[in-house]
Amino acid sequence: MNIEELEQIAETVRQENAKFDYEVNVCMDLACVSQGSDTLKDALVKAVEASGKSVLVRRTGCMGPCSSGPLVRVDPEETLYRRVNAGHAEAIVASLGGKPVVELQCDLNEHFDKQVRVVLENAGHIDPEKIDDYIACDGYKALLTVLTEMTPNGVIHRITESGLRGRGGGGYPTGLKWSTVAKSGGDLKYVVCNGDEGDPGAFMDRSVMEGDPHRVIEGMAIAAYAVGASKGFIYVRAEYPVAVARLTAGVRDARRRGLLGNNICGTPFSFDVEIRLGAGAFVCGEETALLASIEGKRGTPKPRPPYPAMSGLWGKPTLINNVETFANIAPIVRNGGRWFANMGSERSKGTKVFALTGKITNTGLVEVPMGIKLREIIEVIGGGVPDGHTFKAVQTGGPSGGCIPAEMLDIGVSYDALLKVGSIMGSGGMIVMDDTSCMVNVARFFVEFCMTESCGKCIPCRAGTAQMYTLLTRICNGQGTMDDLDLLVSLCGTIKETSLCGLGQTAPNPVLSTIQYFKNEYIEHIANKRCPAGVCNMEAPVEVLV
Amino acid sequence: MRKNGFARHALIETLHTVQSSFGYLDDNAIRYVARSLRVPLSQAYGVVTFYHYFSLKPPGKHTMTICAGTACYIKGADKLVAAAEKRLGIPQGQTTPDGQISLMTARCVGACSRAPVVLSDGDVAGEMTSEQALEQLERWAVE
Repeated sequence: MNIEELEQIAETVRQENAKFDYEVNVCMDLACVSQGSDTLKDALVKAVEASGKSVLVRRTGCMGPCSSGPLVRVDPEETLYRRVNAGHAEAIVASLGGKPVVELQCDLNEHFDKQVRVVLENAGHIDPEKIDDYIACDGYKALLTVLTEMTPNGVIHRITESGLRGRGGGGYPTGLKWSTVAKSGGDLKYVVCNGDEGDPGAFMDRSVMEGDPHRVIEGMAIAAYAVGASKGFIYVRAEYPVAVARLTAGVRDARRRGLLGNNICGTPFSFDVEIRLGAGAFVCGEETALLASIEGKRGTPKPRPPYPAMSGLWGKPTLINNVETFANIAPIVRNGGRWFANMGSERSKGTKVFALTGKITNTGLVEVPMGIKLREIIEVIGGGVPDGHTFKAVQTGGPSGGCIPAEMLDIGVSYDALLKVGSIMGSGGMIVMDDTSCMVNVARFFVEFCMTESCGKCIPCRAGTAQMYTLLTRICNGQGTMDDLDLLVSLCGTIKETSLCGLGQTAPNPVLSTIQYFKNEYIEHIANKRCPAGVCNMEAPVEVLV
Repeated sequence: MRKNGFARHALIETLHTVQSSFGYLDDNAIRYVARSLRVPLSQAYGVVTFYHYFSLKPPGKHTMTICAGTACYIKGADKLVAAAEKRLGIPQGQTTPDGQISLMTARCVGACSRAPVVLSDGDVAGEMTSEQALEQLERWAVE
C-alpha cells in the first residue's frame, strides 16, 4: 500500500457513491438503536427498492443530538429528520427529489452552529465497519505521509506545536509525553489506548470507537512511529460490546490492507494492535492500574514514578493516551499543528467532545472549541433545562469532578478554568441538574461510587471514602450535626493529600465543590432536617457500615 | 486459550470467554483456567473477585440490568431499582429463588442521553418508567 493506492481506493469509493442520486444516513448508535433505528434502516432499504430510486442507505455512527433520535440525514440536501420510525420510511423515500417531510424535520441549527467538529468529523458520514469509507474521508493518509515523509522527531514536533493536551482528563501535554517515551531506551516499547471509559455519564469515547474506529487505530500507529513502538493495545470496557466488535473488525481490515502489521507500506516500520477487555473496574482508567489489568492482574495502581513512559507494560516504556487524544492525531498531522493551535483558548487548544446529559433539552454528543462559555453549551447548544425547571448546577469530570453552580456559568471551558472552580475537565461527561436534584444526595451518590470502586490498596481511599459515605448518609437522613460537616471537610483534605492514585485524590471533589457552592443545602439538612429538593427521605434509618 | 497462545497475561480474556459460554464462573472453571494458563489459583480467584463483570453465581433465566450511572441516577434510576426490588422481593445483585429473574445494576452502559436506561436480557431501552420495568418483569414471571 502506498499513497497512490490509497488515493485509488478513495477515488473508487467516491465514484461508487456518486452513482447514487441520494444518500440516506441512519444513525445506528446505541441511543438510536434502542429506539428502533435498526428496523428503520431495513424499512428504508425496502422502501428504496420498491421506489426504484437510486439511493444509498448507510448506517453511521452517532450524529450527536441523541434526544431527537432516531436520526436520519438525507444528503446532498443535508436534511435532518428526527424521531423517525419504520413507518416513516416510505414518506422519506417518496420525498427525495421533492419537498422534505416537514413534520419530521429537525431545526437544530443553533445546536450545530456553535460546534466545531474535528474528532467527530466523520460521525454520521461513514459506515464504521467499512475501512474504505474511512479512506475516502482522507483516512490513513496521515499515517502514510508520516511514514514516507516525516521523521519521528518531526511528528512529535508537530504534535507539540499543536498544543494538544491529554483528553482523558488530566490534560498532560501530549507532545511532551510522546517525547519522554521516544527518549526512553530499549528496543521494545508499547502504545496503549485507554478506552476504559469508566466515568458514569460519559460516552464520547464509546461513540468514537463505535462510530469511527479506524481514526483511533490510525492515531495509535502514528504515535507508535513517533515513539518507536512496535506493539499496541486498546483497552476497552467489556460493557461496550459494539465498540469491541467494531475495533476488532477495524484492526482486521487494517491488517488486510497492509496498514497494520510488518513493514507497513513497504517501510521498515512494523506495528500491530491487540484489543484487551476490561471487566468492570473504574480504577482501571488509572494508567498504572490499566497496565496491570492488561498484564492479566488485579487492576491496582502503583506509585509513580517510575512513570509508564519509562517503565510501563512488563517494565517497558509505554505510551498511554485516551481514545479522544488518539482521535485528534490524524487531523493534526494532516492539517498541521498551527491549524489546531488556532482553535481553543490560550492554554487549552483544539476542541473537546462532551456528553451532555441529565436535565437538559438536547442530550447527546457535542464537540466545541475550548474556551467556549459553559452557558453557551448549556443554554444554546443544549437548549436549556426543560419542563419549566430552573438550572441548578452542572457536573463535569464524573466522580472525580465537581458541581459548578449557575453563577459560574460564564467561565470558559478549559483545563485551568475548570480546575480553578474546584472541578476538572475529566473525560467529558457533563451532567446538568435542575432544582429537583439534591446536591447532598448527588455528593453521596459519587462517594458511594468511589467507595465501591476503590481498589482497596491504600487506606485513605479504602477507609476514607467509606467514612465520607457514612457522614453523608447521616446528613441525608437528617441525623447529621454541624460537627459532622466539619469532620467531612477535614477528612476530604486528608484523602486528597494522602491517596495513592487519582481515584482517591479526586474522590472528595464532588463533596468539596457542593459544600463550597451549596452549603445552605447541607445546613438545611442538618439544622432544619429538611431536604430543599425533596429528594432525601429524612425518616430512613442510618445504614451502619462495618 | 489457544487463540491467545496460552499466554498468562490473557487471563482476563480467557475468563471472559468462559463466562460468555457458561454464564458464570464456578470453582471448576476457575481451577481449569488457572491450571491451563499456569497461573496461581490465588491470582485467578483474585482477578475474578476484583472485577465486577465476573460472576460466581449462575444468572437467572432472564436478567434485568438497571443502569446506575450518574445521568440515570439524576433521572430517577434509584426509583426503578426500588420498584423492581419490591416486586421481586430480592435485593439488587441477586436472583429470584426460582432462578427465573436476576436483578442487576450496571455502572453505565453509555446510553446516558436516553437515561434512565434498562437492559432487558441485553436489549437497551431508554427513558424507562417504573411501570414499564414492572410490566417487563410481569411478562417474564408468567413464562
